[in-house]
Amino acid sequence: MELYELTAHELMDKLAKAEVTSEEITKSYFDRIREKDGEVKAYVSIMEEEALSKARSVDEARKAGKSVSKYAGIPIGIKDNMCITGTKTTCSSKMLENFVAPYNATVIENLNKEDMVYLGKTNLDEFAMGSSTENSAFFNTRNPWDLDRVPGGSSGGSAAAVAADLAPWTLGSDTGGSIRQPSSLCGVVGFKPTYGLVSRYGLVAFASSLDQIGPITKDVTDSALLLNLLAGHDEKDSTSMNVEKKDYTKALINDVKGMKIGLPKEYIGEGINEEVKQAILAVAKKYEELGATVEECSFDVGKYATSVYYVIADAEASSNLGRFDGIRYGFRSEKYDNLKDIYKNSRSEGFGPEVKRRIMIGTYVLSSGYYDAYYKKAQKVRTVIKNSYNELFEKYDLLLTPVSPTTAFKIGEKSDNPLEMYLADICTVPVNIGGLPGMSIPCALDSNGLPIGFQLIGKAFNEETIIRAAYTYEQNSNFKENKPTFKGGNN
Amino acid sequence: MAISKEEVEHIAKLACLNLSEAEKERYAGDMTEILEFANMINSVNTDEVNETIGANENYNVFRKDEIVQTVDKESLLQNAPSQEDGMFQIPKVIN
Amino acid sequence: MAREDYEIVMGLEVHCELSTKTKIFCSCPTEFGGEPNTHCCPICMAMPGTLPVLNEKVVEYAVKAGLATNCKIARNSKNDRKNYFYPDLPKAYQISQFDLPLCYEGYVNIETPEGEKKIRITRIHIEEDAGKLNHDEYGRGSFVDLNRAGVPLIEVVSEPDLRTKEEVEAYLRKLKSIFEYIEVSDCKMQEGSLRADVNVSVRKKGTSDLGTRTEMKNMNSFRSIVRAIEYEANRQIDVIENGGEITQETLRWDDVSGKTFSMRDKEDAQDYRYFPDPDLVAIKLSEEYIENIQKSLPELPESRKKRYLEDMGLTEKAANFVTASKYYSNMFEEATEACNNAKSVSNWIMSDIARILNEREEEPEDLKFSGKELGELVSLIDKGTISSAIAKKVLEEMFENPEMPSKIIEAKGWVQISDEGAIKEVVSKVLEANPQSIQDYKAGKDKALGFLVGQAMKETKGKANPQMLNKLFLEELNK
Repeated sequence: MELYELTAHELMDKLAKAEVTSEEITKSYFDRIREKDGEVKAYVSIMEEEALSKARSVDEARKAGKSVSKYAGIPIGIKDNMCITGTKTTCSSKMLENFVAPYNATVIENLNKEDMVYLGKTNLDEFAMGSSTENSAFFNTRNPWDLDRVPGGSSGGSAAAVAADLAPWTLGSDTGGSIRQPSSLCGVVGFKPTYGLVSRYGLVAFASSLDQIGPITKDVTDSALLLNLLAGHDEKDSTSMNVEKKDYTKALINDVKGMKIGLPKEYIGEGINEEVKQAILAVAKKYEELGATVEECSFDVGKYATSVYYVIADAEASSNLGRFDGIRYGFRSEKYDNLKDIYKNSRSEGFGPEVKRRIMIGTYVLSSGYYDAYYKKAQKVRTVIKNSYNELFEKYDLLLTPVSPTTAFKIGEKSDNPLEMYLADICTVPVNIGGLPGMSIPCALDSNGLPIGFQLIGKAFNEETIIRAAYTYEQNSNFKENKPTFKGGNN
Repeated sequence: MAISKEEVEHIAKLACLNLSEAEKERYAGDMTEILEFANMINSVNTDEVNETIGANENYNVFRKDEIVQTVDKESLLQNAPSQEDGMFQIPKVIN
Repeated sequence: MAREDYEIVMGLEVHCELSTKTKIFCSCPTEFGGEPNTHCCPICMAMPGTLPVLNEKVVEYAVKAGLATNCKIARNSKNDRKNYFYPDLPKAYQISQFDLPLCYEGYVNIETPEGEKKIRITRIHIEEDAGKLNHDEYGRGSFVDLNRAGVPLIEVVSEPDLRTKEEVEAYLRKLKSIFEYIEVSDCKMQEGSLRADVNVSVRKKGTSDLGTRTEMKNMNSFRSIVRAIEYEANRQIDVIENGGEITQETLRWDDVSGKTFSMRDKEDAQDYRYFPDPDLVAIKLSEEYIENIQKSLPELPESRKKRYLEDMGLTEKAANFVTASKYYSNMFEEATEACNNAKSVSNWIMSDIARILNEREEEPEDLKFSGKELGELVSLIDKGTISSAIAKKVLEEMFENPEMPSKIIEAKGWVQISDEGAIKEVVSKVLEANPQSIQDYKAGKDKALGFLVGQAMKETKGKANPQMLNKLFLEELNK
């Protein structure tokens, strides 16, 4: 087995036993990137020199018997909307193509403390707006299970990198499903924590009240391990909750006996692909076999979540993206002789079509005369959705739903119809509206050999229950035996 | 309710975007479709409901009034498309 | 109709920079000046990914300001985004407060010729200041300096209760004085830490509908505010008298030409798309928090005035004058404690100190000496150590060189001559030299005495004790 095929916790074990060096691990990833990333195109930039030098210094420290973190020397890929001092943070946008971050995101500070090694920055839909990574201003990322298909989005690069063994694990960000949906489409584990658990400082904002950073990993154990580093109160983020620091690996328990799982009927009905539905029902059956109770329930107001989402997310985005004006940083159009032209031309040339569409919608719903009907109303319906979740969680420990109504679709298949693309998020968006934690766990392949994931949704700040149930499923199933085929890719 | 080209132009002005004729037409159609979809929320009864403000129940998050200077001027200015004398340069603005 | 037939209706939006050490949403210093873009960080430069965290002192200061202006304090409040594009606004939105300001429904009283008048305050909210655009004279462009971006402000919005330019000035001076007393702002107008947007409309006297108003932005001196109001009110009356209509617009006052100009580019598409800032969380103030701030408030001018009138025997005029400025009032109290002569201290402040400040074009806050020095000065007069004439010279000296008056007198050799023998000598000498004056005095011309005393003062360089001089001259002349 090659080093790059291992999970992060397996690599940690090997490092701890001095069976391998960080330099060897890191090199194995860059070799793999050279071999496969030409097809997959998961990375926007790679950081080979810095990575190898970091790996060597960690190796020296270990050799010298210095106390180092168990994470030290483990490589990681970072979605290119998180700032690392002195490196480019592009958000896969022409607007930030040459932007060098002058500061570190808090999650990066956290990883730096453990001496982790950055392989590079991964591709995304421009400013994280999209569900296929086709909105990257640079190039499409391809699904390692079928190179003619999308990896999902917006963290498509991060999910594809993990699936294709181009990184042991990566960071993604999730506003409406951007960690979970690509994880599902790429057959990896994606975890969106409770809003407020992980600091957003240094994550280039898409929709402030929905964005959350989380891990994309090969298995549930790695997810818990990486979450341990990400979670924690940050004084730089007012929305970061000051909750007790936990060791999530303690929840890696192979036992779901007595757990109550709700299965909202709305997500195993109309609009959900039959093979996906069958896979979810099989998971439900598995949980029952393992001693949990699974009960059909109703989450009727969930159908409004996508509407609420596009009003709130786009409104916040339209304001968050105002700062890209070609004055202090970012793209400045060459066509100007007055200030107004700098603004208008830089923004029009620097943003891609989907970003402009969202800015337009967001500006519209906040504009005079429409605020109450759209923005305010959406925030009220958001309360209704939250209340409905609260009621469900009085009865259930977890909710079980699909992650995506379909498996990976073909590149170009939906890119002409924005609304159809938006509907790819119907199962994941409500979780962001509620601010809840949700995990995507791979469970099956469809008849085309494409991965299907299921989603576990938990109570706010109760990540452990999700981890425990996901871990139990993983220990009692064998999805991991499947490997991406890298088929297709000729067109 | 269809979004007119004039409305698209007004919104583009507010958002500081220059749209081509083709984009205006495209966005008018897209916005009409997406906003119609968004209008679904109007069928929810929210008479007894307060709107959500902020994504969680956090409140009174304050910072102490203490000076911390972190990043040097050079790295703050390094990305400027045009600068002079430590300031960002723009075409002359008459206020 | 004549101008006198119109009434001017004005409301003010006063922006006041709070004197916190750091900015409202980041830990950069608020200190005035500094090399461009050196009081900045990724947050106030609006680098992608940065987030605001509210400075606790800003909330405290705003609540203080609210309590000192008789406002109600909101138990639930929040921050909102006001979206517009301008190069001095790096995020393309200003974090302000829209529908839930921290303070609301207050008032202050001002003195008018018709007596005390209540000016209602609609609200006080917190917000961030913008950066600064520097303009190049050679047309190479404008230059953005973000040192001021994110400096905390309170905006005090009044009801349209102001009718004359004098009332506007009195209201502004009142706010300035209150904010100085409670130490939430240094209110330095020349540094822009106190500035006002003035809304002006006119209507025929006796009518009650509000006319269309114009708004003059960012005025930062009393003088320009008064001139601008005068100009703008007359301009509006002329428009109406000529059958025209007033356009609601934002104006810029130009001090050089003495005219207002329309700021059309700012008018363009005024739709700020306010919404609650999702990066910030709710502000919930407890009764206890508000009570503690209330308890911490220093004594305010109105209560001081009452004390000065009732306990210290000042006249209404003197009490008003002294309490108008915290600096005067503090100096008055300190000086009175040192010399126990409130009346004399208040006279010195009202007359000579105010006059010299005026000549120097300075404000009370610029005074270099304190009440301790002034108190000693008054005691020295009271004890007869120096004459009032010398005291004036000492005071002038104190403006340059803020030392204790006794030291100044000693250094300059200005101690009053009260030795009878020495004065007698001078008197004899002066009488000897001015026989004509003796005759004049004896012929009934009382003025001659004044002349003789003056000569004696000249002889002693003003140091002779005037009462003693008078007495001895009279003794000699009436022999």
